[in-house]
Amino acid sequence: MSSNTPSSSAGGVGSADSSAPRRNSKRPKYSKFTQQELPACKPILTPRWVISAFILVSIVFIPIGVVSLFASQDVVEIIDRYETECVPQDFRNNKVSFIQSDANKTCTRRLTVTKRMKQPIYVYYQLDNFYQNHRRYVKSRSDSQLKDNSSWNDVSSCKPEDDSNGQPIVPCGLIAWSLFNDTYNFSLNNQQLAVNKTEISWKSDRDSKFGNDVFPRNFQNGTLIGGKSLDPTVPLSEQEDLIVWMRTAALPTFRKLYGKIERDLQPNEVIHVTLENNYNTYSFNGKKKLVLSTTSWLGGKNDFLGIAYLTVGGLCFFLALSFTVVYLVKPRRLGDPSYLSWNRNPGGQ
Amino acid sequence: MKRYVYINDNESSHKLYCDNRISNRKYTVLNFLPKNLWEQFGRFMNQYFLLIACLQLWSLITPVNPASTWGPLIFIFAVSASKEAWDDYNRYFSDKKANEKLVWVVRQGIRKHIQAQDIHVGNIVWLRENDEVPCDLVLIGTSDPQGLCYVETSALDGETDLKTRVIPATCMGIDFELLHKIKGVIECPNPDKDIRRFDANLRLFPPFIDNDVCPLTIKNTILQSCYLRNTEWACGVAVYTGNETKLGMSRGIPEPKLTAMDAMIDKLTGAIFVFQIVVVMVLGIAGNVWKDTEARKQWYVLYPLEGPWYELLVIPLRFELLCSIMIPISIKVSLDLVKSLYAKFIDWDSEMIDYETGIPSHATNTAISEDLGQVEYIMTDKTGTLTENRMIFRRCCISGVFYGNESGDALKDTKLLNAVAVSSPDVVQFVTVMAICNTVIPIKSKTGAILYKAQSQDEDALVNAAAQLHMVYANKNANILEIRFNGSVIKYELLEILEFTSDRKRMSVVVKDCQNGKFVLLSKGADEAILPYAYDGQQTRTFIEAVEQYAQLGLRTLCLAWRELKEDEYQEWSLMFKEASSTLVDREWRIAEVCQRLERDFEVLGVTAIEDRLQDGVPETIETLRKAGINFWMLTGDKQNTAIQIALSCNFISPEPKGQLLLIDGKTEDEVCRSLERVLLTMRITSSEPKDVAFVVDGWALEIALKHYRKVFTELAILSRTAICCRVTPSQKAQLVELLKSCDYRTLAIGDGGNDVRMIQQADIGVGISGREGLQAARAADYSIGKFRFLKRLILVHGRYSYNRTAFLSQYSFYKSLVICFIQILSFWN
Repeated sequence: MSSNTPSSSAGGVGSADSSAPRRNSKRPKYSKFTQQELPACKPILTPRWVISAFILVSIVFIPIGVVSLFASQDVVEIIDRYETECVPQDFRNNKVSFIQSDANKTCTRRLTVTKRMKQPIYVYYQLDNFYQNHRRYVKSRSDSQLKDNSSWNDVSSCKPEDDSNGQPIVPCGLIAWSLFNDTYNFSLNNQQLAVNKTEISWKSDRDSKFGNDVFPRNFQNGTLIGGKSLDPTVPLSEQEDLIVWMRTAALPTFRKLYGKIERDLQPNEVIHVTLENNYNTYSFNGKKKLVLSTTSWLGGKNDFLGIAYLTVGGLCFFLALSFTVVYLVKPRRLGDPSYLSWNRNPGGQ
Repeated sequence: MKRYVYINDNESSHKLYCDNRISNRKYTVLNFLPKNLWEQFGRFMNQYFLLIACLQLWSLITPVNPASTWGPLIFIFAVSASKEAWDDYNRYFSDKKANEKLVWVVRQGIRKHIQAQDIHVGNIVWLRENDEVPCDLVLIGTSDPQGLCYVETSALDGETDLKTRVIPATCMGIDFELLHKIKGVIECPNPDKDIRRFDANLRLFPPFIDNDVCPLTIKNTILQSCYLRNTEWACGVAVYTGNETKLGMSRGIPEPKLTAMDAMIDKLTGAIFVFQIVVVMVLGIAGNVWKDTEARKQWYVLYPLEGPWYELLVIPLRFELLCSIMIPISIKVSLDLVKSLYAKFIDWDSEMIDYETGIPSHATNTAISEDLGQVEYIMTDKTGTLTENRMIFRRCCISGVFYGNESGDALKDTKLLNAVAVSSPDVVQFVTVMAICNTVIPIKSKTGAILYKAQSQDEDALVNAAAQLHMVYANKNANILEIRFNGSVIKYELLEILEFTSDRKRMSVVVKDCQNGKFVLLSKGADEAILPYAYDGQQTRTFIEAVEQYAQLGLRTLCLAWRELKEDEYQEWSLMFKEASSTLVDREWRIAEVCQRLERDFEVLGVTAIEDRLQDGVPETIETLRKAGINFWMLTGDKQNTAIQIALSCNFISPEPKGQLLLIDGKTEDEVCRSLERVLLTMRITSSEPKDVAFVVDGWALEIALKHYRKVFTELAILSRTAICCRVTPSQKAQLVELLKSCDYRTLAIGDGGNDVRMIQQADIGVGISGREGLQAARAADYSIGKFRFLKRLILVHGRYSYNRTAFLSQYSFYKSLVICFIQILSFWN
């Protein structure tokens, strides 16, 4: 771009003598920047530096790894995969037709508590192979409609689930339409185990993304029914299952919070779960799991973090060790020019 | 194809030929936008970004906001366009200045002051001393009674000496007043760019003596952009005007220079583009297959059963948009930005300021700094580049007496001054030869001081030294030379000039002393061309010693000699000389032979020693750069001996036995061919030895070699690390650069004079030294520096830094965009 454009004086008439004194006064002022003398440092990777850096990393990482592994071990998790078990034996070959039929979908599961679980115990449902991040899916919502009653008919971005029977749907879009609709009822020793379903969504979502004056309207009224229906008398800001669902997951395997059990569970207690197996994951071979989990200071059960820290720390320790051995057994002078390529075989270039 | 120019006929030629409006502009106000856009979209990168930006307007497929591409795109285009507009405005402005310059032109028989752009073919243009010639003219009259005038052609061919031009024979003796009314026709070829040929005819109409057609040559023309010097006035007929002049035809806009890095980036971009297409195809097909098999099962996505016809394209195009940032749009802008910073660093560098003149280094071309770090060949001019181009007369030896040995400056040696004061005959003879044995033209300036216009700096030094020794060469009036010596005026009639050739290595003049009518031959030349021809019995041992002594000091030596001629001897010889001068075959050889007859039995007067000082730090600079693996070629218009001498003294070549000089010479094709092959053979043998082998070639042999043995010469050029090319013309310099460039070497040309301009423009990097020969080279160059030694810092510091930085930046740019791109693809995949 910045080619030297030929000043036409390169040969043109009128070139002669208009040039001389123009740059005499351009003597620059001295500054370290203009002279490219700003302080700079480029660490030389001497063996000592490298070894100590590795040792430092391993000293820091290994304890962190151990601690997070322990924290993860403390978390008690009960996982129950039920999507196959809850289909009656006759329908096992054709689960899709079962789920789409009007048959009774109630199903009972027994969960045995292995270790003591301290409250609060979180209840999740986990879906597998469910692409909430699909472009078509994730775009199909109307944030303005969810927030504000006045823009209830703003459904342009909700295709193909924008209206039914000529009326706009509130809440519109594929996400809301496909709301998860399995339900769980827990009982312990024939006693109902209360599940707290409030404050399971983000506070900011309740306060500012879902309006308290927006009521479901014309929802699940079409020919195709996706998932759960909503109570048209409850404002969206209180429909916490919807709010949780509408915060779409980034990966095809995800857990969403269903509720909280606010009491401790003792080992060997048996929980009976009565669930309504309504949601269709069968057409795409998705799994459904019910998860009960406690938390630690580090969150849920996650061994990966601890293992990763331990691996990196261990690797660094190993490297530091082997470098030390090499350094002690076969030391080499730093900056020895005889190793340069042109000094190795003289004349060869 | 001919054009007929009717002198002073205002009507007929107006429509046929263009007026004298010069235009270097690329754009007009109206066509700027379309033309500039068209040019910018000629570049692949820009087309690509435009395509991407347009695709992003389609909301169905765009994953990002279109502004993210349109913004930068428009910004880049605006920057480029405004830069072009600014450059073009400057061009327009300088054209306007040239076009509106006032010149004297004859209109309806009266001289009028009009703007240069209104000159038409056939107009008679009057010029005064020191005027610039506005268009190509055929001379018809000058102030000189013999119809001569002097022009300076440095803007045209870079030669700084004055050239004589003569009016055609028919126009000889036409009265001053009649020149206004002259009518006639000039038959000349259509415009071309050959500045050495003009084959035309002139026929004057009655009442002028109508002696049929008079042939015209280039000697009868003065071309655009020359300067009229040393002549009170001249007038001529405009034959070529505007952009059709010889200069206008040969003026090409030099191509914008591309660095090796730019070329690499272009290649890389191409490769990445191909890769991107492959990725898009693979992922697009995979995406379509997945959609048709898996996605249909995902009931919550609600895919329609039948999509529109372009449905298959949607996923690939989305991937294309996602991948579009693989080619970073920012790279051009950021590169331009950092490159202009490199240029600024060069401008700012306080270690590259020439403190004598206060001239800092300057980077005119901001785009090619990183190529400085890639230079493989440096082609350097000699005079003014390696040397200071300030010839100074330092020592002399007159009939065995050494002057200037103690003080180092003969002009301050009291012995010599005394000898001059008492008119010691030896010394007077010696100084006379210094003063008049040359082709110098003295010019009186307005203040009365005498300036010398010399073809060679040596002669200039000698004449000036003579003037300081009170032998002032005061005036040259046709053939009468006027010398003022100690208050008296001595006149000589110049009879013949036996010109310098590199074969004879000497030049002589024959003059007649107007006082006593004696004929004298005055000679000066290299020692080996003078001393063997001394008359029998003269002791030349002291002179040989003197020459050796001076040569060891690195001084340029010339021997001066003289011989009195008898009148009949001269007359006889003069006839032979005239005959030889007019032969058509082997003229040079015949002349040399005839000269030889006169140039014998010299009375050797003495030896002069002239110093052409090397610039500070030249040997060290050359040595350092050679250690860095850079090869040096010296291209000089100077003589072979001087070139070799300078080359030796600045580490260019090593003296025997460490180094070896191989000569390529010859006058005919066969000779050159043989000598080329001989040199090549030696070169091949010695290439394995750690020996400095250099070859020396002169302009004539080079011409033949380039024309007929290009392949052999190219091989030679690749083999040799050092070369000295002497007596080369500006265009040959450019050809040599071209040759090396064609072998894929990065070349840097450095020079200081107008004769280096073409080489500087041709080379990958042109460096100009803002030196004594003016600023022409510096203005045409990409970088201008004050002294040769700054080249070291320019290449080894700025070149290296720039290269490393650009390399890092562009690699990082590609790395960054590839990483971002893959993250996007991965997340889209999920």
